[in-house]
This record gives sequence, structure tokens and C-alpha cells, in this order.
Amino acid sequence: MTFAVVVFPGSNSDRDAAEAARVLGERARLVWHKDTELGEADAVILPGGFAHGDYLRTGAIARFSPIMGAVADFAERGGPVLGICNGFQVLLEAGLLPGAMVRNRDIKFRCEFVPVRVDQVDTPFTSACAPGQVLHLPIAHGEGNYYAPPDVVESLEANRQVIFRYTDRSGAMTEGSNPNGSVHAIAGICNAARNVVGLMPHPERACEAPLGSDDGRIVLASAAEAIRDGRFRARPAAAASR
Amino acid sequence: MTTIDSSVLERHGITPDEYQRIIELLGREPNLLELGLFSVMWSEHCSYKSSRVHLKTLPTTGPRVLQGPGENAGAVDIGEGLAAVFKIESHNHPSFIEPYQGAATGVGGIIRDIFTMGARPIGLLNALRFGSLDQPLARRIFEGVVAGVGGYGNSIGIPTIGGEIVFDDVYAGNPLVNVLCLGLARHDEIIKGNAGGEGNPVYYVGAKTGRDGIHGATMASAEFDESSAEKRPAVQVGDPFMEKLLMEACLEVQKTGALVGIQDMGAAGLTCATSEMSSRGGTGMDVDVMHVPQRETGMTPYETMLSESQERMLMVVHAGREAEVEAIFEKWDLHAVRIGHVTSTGRVRIHEHGTLVADVPAPALTDEGPVYRRPMREPAWQREVQKLSLESLGAPAAPQDAMDALLGSPIIASKRWAYHQYDHTVGTNTIAQPGTASGVVRIKGSKRGLAVSVDGNGRFCYLDPYRGAMLAVAEAARNVAVVGAEPVGATNNLNFGNPERPEIMWQFGEAVRGIGDACRALEVPVTGGNVSLYNETEGRAIYPTPVLGIVGLLEDASRTVTRQFQSPGARIVALGDNRGELGGSEYLACLHGQVAGAPPALDLQAERALQRLIIALVREGLVESAHDCSEGGLAVAVAECAFDTGGIGATVDVPAVDGIRAGFGVNATLFGESASRIVVSVAAARLDTVLARAAKAGVPAAAIGETGGDRLRFSVDGAIVIDMALEGAETRWATAIERKMARAR
Repeated sequence: MTFAVVVFPGSNSDRDAAEAARVLGERARLVWHKDTELGEADAVILPGGFAHGDYLRTGAIARFSPIMGAVADFAERGGPVLGICNGFQVLLEAGLLPGAMVRNRDIKFRCEFVPVRVDQVDTPFTSACAPGQVLHLPIAHGEGNYYAPPDVVESLEANRQVIFRYTDRSGAMTEGSNPNGSVHAIAGICNAARNVVGLMPHPERACEAPLGSDDGRIVLASAAEAIRDGRFRARPAAAASR
Repeated sequence: MTTIDSSVLERHGITPDEYQRIIELLGREPNLLELGLFSVMWSEHCSYKSSRVHLKTLPTTGPRVLQGPGENAGAVDIGEGLAAVFKIESHNHPSFIEPYQGAATGVGGIIRDIFTMGARPIGLLNALRFGSLDQPLARRIFEGVVAGVGGYGNSIGIPTIGGEIVFDDVYAGNPLVNVLCLGLARHDEIIKGNAGGEGNPVYYVGAKTGRDGIHGATMASAEFDESSAEKRPAVQVGDPFMEKLLMEACLEVQKTGALVGIQDMGAAGLTCATSEMSSRGGTGMDVDVMHVPQRETGMTPYETMLSESQERMLMVVHAGREAEVEAIFEKWDLHAVRIGHVTSTGRVRIHEHGTLVADVPAPALTDEGPVYRRPMREPAWQREVQKLSLESLGAPAAPQDAMDALLGSPIIASKRWAYHQYDHTVGTNTIAQPGTASGVVRIKGSKRGLAVSVDGNGRFCYLDPYRGAMLAVAEAARNVAVVGAEPVGATNNLNFGNPERPEIMWQFGEAVRGIGDACRALEVPVTGGNVSLYNETEGRAIYPTPVLGIVGLLEDASRTVTRQFQSPGARIVALGDNRGELGGSEYLACLHGQVAGAPPALDLQAERALQRLIIALVREGLVESAHDCSEGGLAVAVAECAFDTGGIGATVDVPAVDGIRAGFGVNATLFGESASRIVVSVAAARLDTVLARAAKAGVPAAAIGETGGDRLRFSVDGAIVIDMALEGAETRWATAIERKMARAR
């Protein structure tokens, strides 16, 4: 299967995401942000980085990149879309996911491996996980403090849209286990249709043990498996309800 | 028109003798613009006029050297047709004036040097020096520099994979920010900064030129005083997004073969790029400043030529391939602008709307500048500070208290407060996590990997610049060796005070001599580097601080170790001789407030044997962990091996070093900083093999203890002198810096 990895000017994890797909034995294509078609794609990744310099706000300009029309269309047709770090921020700005990112609680950029608990497994990117499974994943962000108004957070929780949470190694949420101050220790969420997932940690950087962890493999592997057995697949464009 | 009088010369940092030389080279008086060109190109920063005679003595050749000093960066062959391209550079003065931007643009500058060579940057390291964290100013500078280093590298997506940080009051008014960038290229991709081919177009690409950074190179060549803050406009402002676009576009263009040469516009901006490219190519350049994209209106040719605006490149393109090059830059929303062409005149000719406004032979700017053999004199106090009377120190500190103090000393404590702010995982090549002795990256598509370390001990160099510099080379090489990598190339950043003072120049000369001797003995060629002089504030110089960056080659990146113990029940082995040397040690400074004595002795042949041994032991999988002994000596080294292991403690028993006076025997044994020592852990079944290998290599080796338990326990001659909970010790070590930074500002 083929992952289409969107390259914005300022993306810096695009090649890492493509490499991770290849490590898993899948295909990856880089798609330039000025293109208007995704081309062959079973799943789309919006990679980490600082698209368009993150000027104005993180992800704020990237939502206007020409490719985003095709990404929104793909998402609407049920295609699996994964936003990692800056890609998550772009999904928020593009309105494909609810909420916003603000500066980390301590104002500083933070890079380290942290435990991340998988709370829901009925998304294309967690379907191979066990509920409550704790993954060891790197974070690397200055604005990963997820925020949404209380009613939005409430509805995210009610609809089981919180997919990943920062916890300790045992999966418990503690005062010290939230690295950036995110509300409800949210590390990743999905949309109501559950095919669009965004997360701040970097699974694509944790696909080989010598790099510190290979726990991230399961995120892309889930998608590959879910697409192969037809659970998450974009409907053909012609059949899309517009 | 401004007449050139003595006050104009003084403002340009040009001496009357240098002015006479300019007149001779031109055959006439220069105009103001031409004087400006000479002023920046003949500044200490660009011309190395005080340091050149010394630098020439360094070993710069070897079978692996593909590019030695003189280009944007050095390059060494690492096999399989690949090259490691690397260089270190300082941004000390700007970082004092404006810490965030000073550090950020330092990172930006060295990254450009690497991708200019056609190499993709794959790692950054930094060597930083600040005043004591008990001072608010030092904390502010530290905070700003770390944020700036991270802000630029993180954005552009190049991992910061290692470095070192030292705090000492001598750097309070003059912090050091030295940044090393490592890149990877195929041999045939390496491209140089040559202007060749008469008639070939000269292109400018990148950020627009503004009035920022005018005379930055000149500023970096003067001492600081209280008016330095007024020089803030001479500090550039960085834009990592622009640099990211520039990097991707340049790497794409370089692959087309349409470029003759390329150079970044760093210090001395357009002046440096035009004259150096012409000089290297044996050609000349005609450019018109009206074509140079300008951020501000009304800029004069003088301002345009001297601006140090960041993120700009100059390229010479093969005539006929302009459209191809322009199209790639357009794709990245960058506009490559033709500003002139290559000539065969050997002269840099600057025009303004077609009118010739400056006309200077390129080599006059780049090669025919003044070279000073400045007087050198050993400081009167030098021998005095090498004297160390243990008797005068009073009672030795209790070992347990000393251990506590050392683990909490910011020099020894974990630097995670800083490196957690650096993205070290981007690029998916980083094997060793920060906080280990070397940054280690794998090379995708190959079994190989690279290890890089930056090291320098200013205290040792202050006490003895020759030996201190040798120790810096030895430590940097040892740090790449402990992960199993063979040292293959060095770059150095020489941070010193005002070279016009004979004592400073003596320190400089001695340090370069030490680097040369050590690099020759260890067979590590120096492929480039940077000299930063005038590191003084209010007449007080920093410690002489040569920083060595050494790149090592891992034949097999899967065969490497870190400092951390891997399992309980392993045997701890000390390789190398413990002579209990306390001179210049952190123990003396931290516990007795003294910076005195002779730095540790260094036997380069013993060092070389030790490094060869550890490389072999790691490659053959005979050791589980390996860690260099440096600040804090053996006890701190063992503790560091136990930290970040999830709770594998250690029990150690060592014989006391003989002949230490005044009751300092135990502390000298535990905390002395004798060079050429490595602590390894070995599976019990392999102990005999490792000891036999050491004996065969002529390296002293002793089993000194065992891993395991939840305590750090040290005995000397069988008597327990330190016994502490690992968890408490680790917390103290891990949080010392953040506790200082969290204090009320």
C-alpha cells in the first residue's frame, strides 16, 4: 500500500515518515504542497516540521496550501489521514480536527522519549494496538499544549475521540507525566468519523530499535493492515457526496 | 565625499601601516567603499592575520582527507564513496550582545557552510561556555543561547546530537558559543566555492539584503566594553525557514551539475563571497549592486557590500543552464537573481547602475592581507598558578560530601535542561541519545555510522596551554573511541583573548602547538576550523579555550555502546593509569575554590594504545558500556555509568594512589583527573579476555568492582568512603541545572 506524505515548505520530517513506511515494507510518495492532486494514495501523512515557517501560528498558513483541498476531500471520502506534530497542527488549523495548540506549559521546546497510552483502537492508526497499550515515543515540539473549550473536550471524551494520552510507563496519568500541559493529557485525537488522526508524538521516529524505540511501527502498521483488509479505505472520488 | 583620515581608518579598524599596504596594492588611494572591503576582509575574523603563522603548523593531510582548510568546510573519506563534511564555528560576541539571535545565527551560519559543500547536514553539536549560574546575567545568556541554538536547529530539522557546556566566571562577560555541523555527501557531490569560466553568470539567492550586521566581522575582532550593547544592530537576525528553503533548493540544484561554484554569504557578506570565489578560481567578478535584492530603500553600495544579512548564497552557474537553476529556486519560492558575471580580470569590480564604484584585485582582499607574527611572552603568573600546595588547602573534604558537591556542580551535572530543548530525534539517524560522550548517527543505506565529540578544558589551558590543548584533542578523540569509532578528522575552534597582548599570543601559540603535536601523534588531521580572538570584556580575558571537534567512523553502527551500565552483576574495569592528579580539577575548584596546579600529564602513545584497545573491544562486543573519565575523576565517571540505567548501582574498591600528601590520598584517588582513562563494564565471563587484551595492548587495566544494587559504594584500600543511594545521587545530578534555572530571576 502507499502512503502519500505531503511536503510543505518547512516540513522537516517528511523524509523520516517516508523512510518509516519503507522500513515497514510499504510504499511512500512525497507530494509537493503546490500540487492539487494526491495521486496514488491509500493513506495520507501530514509530517512534522514547521510548514511555511509556522509564521502567524503553527499550521496557519499551511491550511491554504493548494494540496489541502485534496487532503480534505480524501478525508471526507473516509481515507485515513495522519497528522504528526506540525501535521497535527495543520489539521487543527484546517478544521479537520477540533481544538488548537498553544505554547508548552513551561514555554520551552521539549524533546524526549515519553510514554504515550493508546486509549482507542478503532482508528486506522491504532487498530493493531491493544487498548491501554503504552508506547515509548519521542516528542519534539514547542507548541504541543492541546487546548479546546470545555464543551469540545467533553464531546471528544464522550465520543471516544481522544486516541493518545501522555501517561507514565504504567499507563497512569500523573502530575509529572504530562510534558506540555495539554488538557486531559491529550497527545492525539481523531475526527468524528475516526479516519483522521492527529498526534504530537512522532511514531515515525520510533520504528527501529537502535533509534531508541520501535514502538512507533504499530501506528503505520495498523494503517497498512486496516487498509489491506478494507476497514479503512477512501471511497472512490466519484462516489463521494459533495 | 568622505575623505579618508585617521578617524575613518580607526572606525574601520585599519592601522596606518595597513592603509599604506592597501595603497601599494591598489596603486592609488582607495575610495570609502574600497576601504570598507579591505576593512572587513582584513579583519582578524576573515583574514586570520594574527593566527595564520601558527595555524600553518597544524597537520592537515592524511589518506582520508578530501578537503582540508580553506574551503567552506573540511571533508574526509568514510568509505563506500561517502564523505563526512564538517566544521566548527563560533558566534561568541553576538551571543553576548543578543543571546538568542547570536546563537541562532551561529547555527545558521555553520549549517550553510556544510550544505554549500553539497552535503546534507545530519547533525549539530555545540560547545558552550557561560558564567556561573549563580549570576542572573549568566542565567539570562544561558537561557537565551540554548533557546537560540534550539530555535534554529529544531526548525530546520537538523538534530542536535551532542555537545558540552561549562560554567565558569571567566566567561561571565564573554560567553562562548561554538557550533559544529556534520554533513554527509557522496564524493562526487562535493562542490567548492570557485568562480570559474569567464562569462558565466553570477547569481544571488536567498534573503534580501538589509542593513543588519554591517561590520559584524569587524565587531568580532574587537574587545568588549560597556558600550557593546550599542552594537546590537551589528548582530544579525536569523530566519530558519528561509534557510530551510535555501538548503533544500541548493541541495537540489547542486545535484544537477549546473553549478560551477557556490558560497554562502556569512561574515563580510557579499564582499567575502565575491572576492573569495574569484580568488580561488583565479578569476574576477563584475557585479552591479542594483541587482542585489534589498530589504530597505536607499542602501548605498557600501552598505550592500558589507551587510551580513543571513541566509544568502552566491553561485556561479554554467552559462546556458540558467533556466534550469532558476526553475528549481522558483519551486521553493526563492528568486535566484543574476547580479553579474565571471571575468578573467582577477579583479572584483562593483558597479552601481553601471558605474564602476570599486575595483580591487581579488587576491589583495583574500591573500595579500597583513600577516602578523605577533610577539609572544609567557605570562609572569604562569609558573605561579601551576604550583599547587595541598597543605595550604586545609582539611580535605569528606569523600561523601565531595561526591555530593561534584554531582551537583553544573559542570558535571546532567545538561538535560539544555538538550531537552534540542530536537535530537529528527532525521531518524540518531543512535546515542544526548548526554552521552559523543553524538552518534547512523548512515542510511550503509552499515556505517559517525560519532562526533566536542571537548575543551579551559582551566587546563589556563594552567598550561600546550598541555591543555593536547588534553582537549585526546579527550575528544577518546570520546569518539569509547563508542567504537575510529577518529578520522578534527576541526577546532580557538577561543582566545586579545592577540595584541603578548601573553595571549603566547597562550595561542602554545595551544596550537599542543593541538598539532596531539593530532600528529593520534593521526587525526585538522580539516578546518575557526579562530575567535578578542574574547575579552573590560580587559579581562577568558581562559584560553581551544575546542576540538573530532569525527569518528563506526564501521558498523550496530556495534556501539553508551556510557550506561547494561546489566547488574557485570564487572567494572578501569582502563589506564590513575595517578591521582588534582591539578586543575573540578574537585579543587568546587570543594576548595582553587584553580591551580599542573594539568594532568599526557602520554600520547599511551593514549593512542588506549583508544585502539577500546575501539577493538567495542567492535568485538567485549564490553557492555564504556565511559571516559574526565571532570570529577573515577568516582564521578562510575556514577555517570550508573545514571539513566533505571537503577543499576555500583560497588567499587580501588587501591589508594601512592604519594599524595596532606591526607588527600583518598580524594585524589577518587576525584583526580588523570588523562587516558576509560571505565568499562564487562560480562563476568568476559573479564579475563578483556584483561588479557588490555595487557597485550600495553594498557593498564584493573577490575575495580561490580554493577548492581541500588547504591553507589566506593571503597579505597578496602575502607568504604562513599555510600549513597543511587536514586538520590541521580536526582541531584539530573536536576542541578534546572534547580538553578528555576530560582527567582
